[in-house]
Amino acid sequence: MAELNLDIAPKIKVNDLNFYYGAFKALKSVSLDIPEKKVTAFIGPSGCGKSTLLRTFNRMFELYPDQRAEGEIIMDGENLLTSKRDVGLIRAEIGMVFQKPTPFPMSIYDNIAFGVRLFENLSRSAMEDRVESALTKSALWKEVKDKLHQSGNGLSGGQQQRLCIARAIAIKPKVLLMDEPCSALDPISTGFIEELIGELKKDYTVVIVTHNMQQAARASDFTAYMYLGDLIELGKTDDIFFRPKDKRTEDYITGRFG
Amino acid sequence: MSSILATNLPSVLQEESSAKGEPPPGRPAGGSALVDALFRHVTRLAALLVFSVLAAILFSLLVGSGQSITRFGLAFLFNPEWDPVKEEFGALVPIVGTLATAAIAMIIAVPVSFGIALFLTELSPPWLKRPLGTAIELLAAIPSIIYGMWGLFVFAPLFMEHVQPLFVATLGKLPLIGVLFAGPPIGIGIFTAGLILSIMVIPFIASVMRDVFDLVPPMLKESAYALGGTTWEVMWKVVLPYTKVGVIGGIMLGLGRALGETMAVTFVIGNAHRLSGSLFAPGNSIASALANEFTEAVGELYSSALIELGLVLFLITSIVLALSKIMLMQLAKQEGTRS
Repeated sequence: MAELNLDIAPKIKVNDLNFYYGAFKALKSVSLDIPEKKVTAFIGPSGCGKSTLLRTFNRMFELYPDQRAEGEIIMDGENLLTSKRDVGLIRAEIGMVFQKPTPFPMSIYDNIAFGVRLFENLSRSAMEDRVESALTKSALWKEVKDKLHQSGNGLSGGQQQRLCIARAIAIKPKVLLMDEPCSALDPISTGFIEELIGELKKDYTVVIVTHNMQQAARASDFTAYMYLGDLIELGKTDDIFFRPKDKRTEDYITGRFG
Repeated sequence: MSSILATNLPSVLQEESSAKGEPPPGRPAGGSALVDALFRHVTRLAALLVFSVLAAILFSLLVGSGQSITRFGLAFLFNPEWDPVKEEFGALVPIVGTLATAAIAMIIAVPVSFGIALFLTELSPPWLKRPLGTAIELLAAIPSIIYGMWGLFVFAPLFMEHVQPLFVATLGKLPLIGVLFAGPPIGIGIFTAGLILSIMVIPFIASVMRDVFDLVPPMLKESAYALGGTTWEVMWKVVLPYTKVGVIGGIMLGLGRALGETMAVTFVIGNAHRLSGSLFAPGNSIASALANEFTEAVGELYSSALIELGLVLFLITSIVLALSKIMLMQLAKQEGTRS
């Protein structure tokens, strides 16, 4: 349905994915490719299923008993939905950043070390290196290097969100999911995060859900437009914004509805 | 809430404007300020009442126990003798009994309550949540005398026949801690009282824990799950630290009840003024000593010593409260200072 005829290998291949909240069908036979080490944005009006789609990749929906997904999400040759591997290991490969910053009630250092300690038994110095490199990658190191042992709650909103990004990449995921990561931030912090997203795609496959079309246009390489549980169109961001193939995409992009 | 705001806010404005000598437009001058002043004084009175009641209780306890304090001094706290005939009174046995029963109750109740709250908030299927939650609240509604009777007539005999011999035969044989589980199995005693107390405080601690766990933002939990955490890791390392103030509050509520519980303990503790190393031996707690002996206390010194016991209990609960505040401050330090 939405296969990209490009030379970029897909990191994640979604085939015929259906998703249900109880009896309500929130995703209708969605199929798409997520290109590796690129930024893919999901856009669409509220309730279109873009966050739902994102939350199937790390099986976050499984925390809630009435939600279920059917279909295939293939990463590295493995269907993540039916994988026999521990779901924790899958989630460790697919990091996630949420709508609001969610620092854990512990120090900045421990916020980063928390996820690492779940999977690795690092020496003190190796852990310090890991914390530093995660904070450096998320462009936060300079601001917090003198207060690593203070509470993560003392940081500004934008800093907290970068802390959450650092926390996610500290466990070396392959994919980074971002669910409206800037919706609670001011424009300056938003700019910081968008710049950071551009840096992160060098190492990670980034998937971002956003309400903000300008953000998708600025920060992403590929854009998927969704509407009422259907994937309408997926393409290069420039094509989606300037040469949309589908009338519905064009109406949304040009602000005729949504 | 909104009515408080509604009465408070305009008066602030009014005070400001009346300071300039202009009544605010559209308001009768004076009327609402008078109501508000009245409201302020009534609430202040209510707040001051707390202090005066506290001071009055402390004062009457001190006056009532004056005779005993002058006679025995600090030695009252460390003397294991309680002999009304010779008029020699020491509080060591009831103090030890109170602390030991409360400690046993907490050791059992805190982990069980955590398990109940964890199950209710994270693991329980939705259809079970409400009945289980209600059942726990009902457990809290059972009067303590029922627990006491049940403890004495049902639980103690069962415990004596089936559980105690097992403890004596196994743990009782161990070095060092063996002495705690030694002695004849008679069913009633410090350990039984602690067990009954733990059943009584579990509903309090569990429902407070459940309520505070429910208040944790789902997104915070999801963030921890998203890093690959298991339910246990998420609860233990993220949810518990996030809710520590509420959780410690719940534990203190339970501890306060365990320290002061009278009726149920009186039934099963054995009421013996004897110091024993064994948890299976009968003992006494402050509250049950008071309940048992006040009616038969003859002589001023006897009454005075009992009132001093009450004072000691009051001090113990105050110290526990203070310790919990200190503990919270330490935890806040561990979390890192807020900049």
